[in-house]
Amino acid sequence: MATSEDIIEKENSINRLGSLTNCVNEQHKNFELSDVVYLVKSGIEAVIDDEVTKRFRAEELSSWNLLTRTNFHYQFISIRLSLLWFAGVVLRYCVLLPLSNRILVTCFALTWLFVTVFPLTLMADSEFKRKAAYYVNLVAFRIICRGFSAVVDYHDKENMPQSGGICVANHTTTLDVAILMQDRPYAVLGQIHGGFLGWMMRTLSKATKHVWFERSEVRDRMFVSKRIMEHVSDERNFPVLLFPEGTCINNTSVMMFKKGSFEIPTTIYPVAIKYNPWFGDAFWNSSKHSMVQYLLVVMTSWAIVADVWYLPAMKRQPDENAMQFAERVKSVICRRGGLVDCIWDGQLKRMARVLSWK
Amino acid sequence: MGSKASLHLREEEIEAIQQETGFQSNQIIRLFSRFTSLDKEQNGFLTRDDFMRIPELAINPLADRIVDAFFNGGEEHVNFRQFMRTLANFRPSSAKTSEDSPNSRTNKLKFVFSLYDYDSDGMISKKELLQILKLLVGANINQDQLSHIAERTLLESDTNNDRHISFEEFKTVMVRTEIDTKMSVRFLD
Repeated sequence: MATSEDIIEKENSINRLGSLTNCVNEQHKNFELSDVVYLVKSGIEAVIDDEVTKRFRAEELSSWNLLTRTNFHYQFISIRLSLLWFAGVVLRYCVLLPLSNRILVTCFALTWLFVTVFPLTLMADSEFKRKAAYYVNLVAFRIICRGFSAVVDYHDKENMPQSGGICVANHTTTLDVAILMQDRPYAVLGQIHGGFLGWMMRTLSKATKHVWFERSEVRDRMFVSKRIMEHVSDERNFPVLLFPEGTCINNTSVMMFKKGSFEIPTTIYPVAIKYNPWFGDAFWNSSKHSMVQYLLVVMTSWAIVADVWYLPAMKRQPDENAMQFAERVKSVICRRGGLVDCIWDGQLKRMARVLSWK
Repeated sequence: MGSKASLHLREEEIEAIQQETGFQSNQIIRLFSRFTSLDKEQNGFLTRDDFMRIPELAINPLADRIVDAFFNGGEEHVNFRQFMRTLANFRPSSAKTSEDSPNSRTNKLKFVFSLYDYDSDGMISKKELLQILKLLVGANINQDQLSHIAERTLLESDTNNDRHISFEEFKTVMVRTEIDTKMSVRFLD
């Protein structure tokens, strides 16, 4: 989804490393002084516009939706527009925020969660407990989503992920989890946190089995795969929810999927999530906002409107490797969600520092 | 002006840049937005690291030379004026473009020449040719073959046999290359 703010039309892209050898002289041809020109132009185009840097800025809209946070080039247009914007501010901060009790609802949701989950944590494992856990999860997350005024459309529910599989989706924000879990519960993969969030996670997992890791275990890919495999082989557990991009992207494209999730021999249920930018920007820029700031931003937007598409289950074919399978799943998600299929690695936004130390 | 750090673009600056480079004001504003998004620490200038942080640029074998073109001599910082001056070389040119415009054919050729001419002495030596060749092909070809290619290129271009390629000789060699299109970036309105 190209923004309306593109500066150039790129012609000499070296996005795919394979084609790099095409721009240098072919081996049988002789070197000429002009051969460098292709690379020079390509380099300059990259300086002006590259695929990675622009993915980590919030999406720009073609018209203004009366939220200053999505307006990058402020220009005074008219008194009327400014008045309209001011009325919007009053509405959002003084009316919608307290009146629809978004914060209150969220607090209520969390209390509800513990009240209903607590009895479950005391129970021994049984058929009843599992059914109860299913519904407890659903209700709790639905209330949480109300707290953010999340309006979500689910499509193709016949493809909903089943137990014993892995659900993969594109990642824009932590709210992705809430939005998916309000339709059916999942087992979440996560790092054991400290603090409030960590406590919340631990309590949740007493009722429903999730897959938790210590920070040190996260590096050991074999160990992670083994744990996921264990979880998935038990039919009674909920399907695992994974975000293969590994980080939050601004919802205009899907970056490279880490192949780890795709090496595990089980069914993959792809899900595409697309947020409607008109009502508010769901993208969590973790280097810009802390969690609390982000939640406040979300609660003072108009609403969080999203579309979720459940895509048909996919399995890795015998003749393809994990990377190819990951690409295949990714392109299916992109096509459904109307997102740009980007080959670059989202982790580059953090790792780029390493390149510069050379 | 010098390397004055500035975080906002004033009207007079936009006009001055317009005069100097020929970019339109909306292009300048968008490029300023790009400049600030590269300027991670909001210093008002860019360092070599800021450029090399761009993955698509970092994998380009000529990355270091291209980045060098933005920096004047031994300086460590590029401000927005200098940034635009370098980019101005890549504006599309036509038959009507005057010789002293930054995007004229001659100036585009000078840009490419300066990539080869590492010590900026106005001549490309065989050593400088070899350096570029090494950057381009890496370890795939051995020293002797590389030397052979450099030698051959030198002989083809060096018409006065002084074992160096001057800018005039360079221009002659490049006369058939469509520099106007190959060294122009398609800026959108």
